[in-house]
Order: sequence, then structure tokens, then C-alpha cells
Amino acid sequence: MSIFEYNGSALIAMVGKNCFAIASDRRLGVQLQTIATDFQRIYKVHDRLFLGLSGLATDAQTLYQRLVFRHKLYQLREERDMKPETFASLVSAILYEKRFGPYFCQPVIAGLGDEDKPFICTMDSIGAKELAKDFVVAGTASESLYGACEAMFKPDMEAEELFETVSQALLSSVDRDCLSGWGGHVYVVTPTEVREMILKGRMD
Amino acid sequence: MGDSQYSFSLTTFSPSGKLVQIEHALTAVGSGQTSLGIKASNGVVIATEKKLPSILVDESSVQKIQCLTPNIGVVYSGMGPDFRVLVRKSRKQAEQYHRLYKEPIPVTQLVRETAAVMQEFTQSGGVRPFGVSLLVAGYDDNGPQLYQVDPSGSYFSWKASAMGKNVSNAKTFLEKRYTDDMELDDAVHTAILTLKEGFEGQISGKNIEIGIIDSDKKFRVLTPAEIDDYLAEVE
Repeated sequence: MSIFEYNGSALIAMVGKNCFAIASDRRLGVQLQTIATDFQRIYKVHDRLFLGLSGLATDAQTLYQRLVFRHKLYQLREERDMKPETFASLVSAILYEKRFGPYFCQPVIAGLGDEDKPFICTMDSIGAKELAKDFVVAGTASESLYGACEAMFKPDMEAEELFETVSQALLSSVDRDCLSGWGGHVYVVTPTEVREMILKGRMD
Repeated sequence: MGDSQYSFSLTTFSPSGKLVQIEHALTAVGSGQTSLGIKASNGVVIATEKKLPSILVDESSVQKIQCLTPNIGVVYSGMGPDFRVLVRKSRKQAEQYHRLYKEPIPVTQLVRETAAVMQEFTQSGGVRPFGVSLLVAGYDDNGPQLYQVDPSGSYFSWKASAMGKNVSNAKTFLEKRYTDDMELDDAVHTAILTLKEGFEGQISGKNIEIGIIDSDKKFRVLTPAEIDDYLAEVE
């Protein structure tokens, strides 16, 4: 049993037209036992930048705390928010610092950059960045997620359609994975607003 | 004078509330060769005298204006060797920032970090303050910027400033000549005229150095030929 599959997770981020969506499942388990059904995997770094962390839950929480710390200092020093690309470079550097004793997490970063251009990326547990123009996935359900996204994705979707696509892709993929599920948590971010929605799926 | 008993230790305040060593460092700066900087609406120019101790010195090997990053340059007044050390440290800090964020360092951040280094040397044991004041010129997302950093570690943003031997005359001249909507070419002319004010001897492209950064955000030092062209325009 791999350390990455200890808690179970599913994460997805998708690009739309001047918007993006980031979604996760809500299960926290200890191997086969479900401990919580409202676990938060997606965190807001600032109004236009969200971070999702899959993998070992304790490492995800610690990594999030470290990143928020770094970002707050950056905000104080530079008097501005971090751009998503900059934040991704920072996460990559912090993960690689622990190259020989890594955080067992796979982050998914999604944000709106300059001129409201959506930016998504993921990386492995030691910081190898993977930029994508369409979608990125992470977690124990990643194989199903890849298939569902590939099938359902269309470029330049508006916020409403993007929400539907992301929700369907997430729910259908976690149904095929015993370690993730118990509903979904979706954020759809446009330049003007952030919409947060809880999905009800198969509660198992 | 009561102060002189406290002037030997850097890390002891004098009764008048000064750190006398820093005052002495500023004196060292004040007896250095004149340098100045002007912020224009579309760029920044920095310039300095390049008086060499003898005609036998190869003037092309002396570079008083250095670049810290492709879009930030710096000039000094004071002790040359201290300047070299600071340039080295600043370049390293700029590269460390880039390595972490994959983004060029903003001018304010680099100035802050350089100033922090200079302040460290006013509060540590066994070291002396740097005997230089720096004029940092850069162009980033916040537009053209000009900063002065003193041996104490304090820094100021200027529209135009001068340091070194002829500082009061130069500043008076700049105050009269400076306008907010000045363009870079005008600023270069003004810089040359300001240097000329206190210049002993014949000014030429070989005994002054000028660095500019314009809206293409690339800092460069002008060649002696280019300086001679500007000098001809000024005549």
C-alpha cells in the first residue's frame, strides 16, 4: 500500500474562457476506514489563486501552512499578490528542498494571471512542474480523472458549462475509486467572483 | 568634543545619539568622485566622473557603473573596493530571487536587500561600514526608479540626486533643471551639464561614465563614442 494512497484524494483543475474551476472530493480516510466526509483539500491563497493538495493529508496540511506563510511575507514585502506562475515556481522550489525526504503530496495550482488569463499546473511530490492548457488531475482517482476529463473537456467553456463539466468528470471518476468520494467541492473562479459549491454524489 | 570618545567603536552610540563611524563613512563618500542620477518619464540615467590617478591607467579597464540584473544598474561614490563587494552580494541576491520565483527581482526588493546588507555591517562585531553610497537605477513593472543607498543602510527614492565631492552644487543645479515630464535624452543632457559644472579639466567620453535604462528595460553603459555624441549635442 503506497503512502500516497493512505488517505485517498481526487483533485481536478480545468481551464475555461477567462475563468477556471478547481474541484476535489471530500473523503478523508485511514486506509479502508472513512474518518471524515467534509475534508478540505482546496485552499485559497488569494482571491485569484487556489491551491489543491492531494496525497498524505498531514503533509498536505503542513505544506499548505508553509506556503501561506511564504505568501503572506511576500505580500507584506512586495505589496502585491503573487502571480500564479510565481507561486508555482515557489511550490516547486519548496518541494525540491525536501528531495531526499519529500512531502508526500501532489499539488494542483490554479489561478488567474495577468489580463485574467487562467493558469493551471500540477507537479509531482519533488516539484517537477507540469503546465497544461486544458486540465490537470491528481490523487488516487487520477487515472479515471484523466479519462473523464479527456472525454468531456472542450476549450473556451463559460463558467456555467465549466462547472457542469468539472462536476460530472469528478463525480464519475471518484465512483470508480474506493478511496475517494463522499461528494465534491467545486470552486469556479472568474475575474469578478468566486463561486463555491458542494456536490452530492454517491456517499460511499 | 564629547563625541570623540565614542567614535572608535561602531557599535556604541555617542551621547548625541549618533554612530560616529557612520558619519565618518559618509565623509568618505563625500570626498569621493561625483556621481548623479536622474529619473525621466521613460527611463533613468546615472553618471559619474571617471578621474584616473594617472594617464598611464588603461581607462577602458575601469568600469564604475555596473549592472546588477539586465534591468537594474548601479553607480557609486566612495571606495571602489567596497563597491565591488556590494555589487557581488547584490547580484547574488538578485539571482537567488530569480531561482526561487523564476521572475526578475523588483527594484525595490533588491534595494531593500542591499540596504539590509549595509545595515548589518553597522551592527556587527569586528566590521566597519561600507564607505560607499549607491545610486541604483532600474526599470520594472512599476516604471523607472532611482534609489540612493547610504552606508547606514537607509535608502531613498529620488527623482534626481547627486553624491560625492560636488554634491551641493550638483543638487542645486538639478533642482533648477529637473522637470517631471523630462524624457531620457533630455535627462542625459542634464546629467552631462551637471557633471560639467564641477568638472576640473576638459570633459570627454573618456573621463565620464554614463549608464541608461529606457522603456525596453535593458540597462547599458554608453560607449565613449556615444558619450562624445551627447557631449557634442550639449555644446
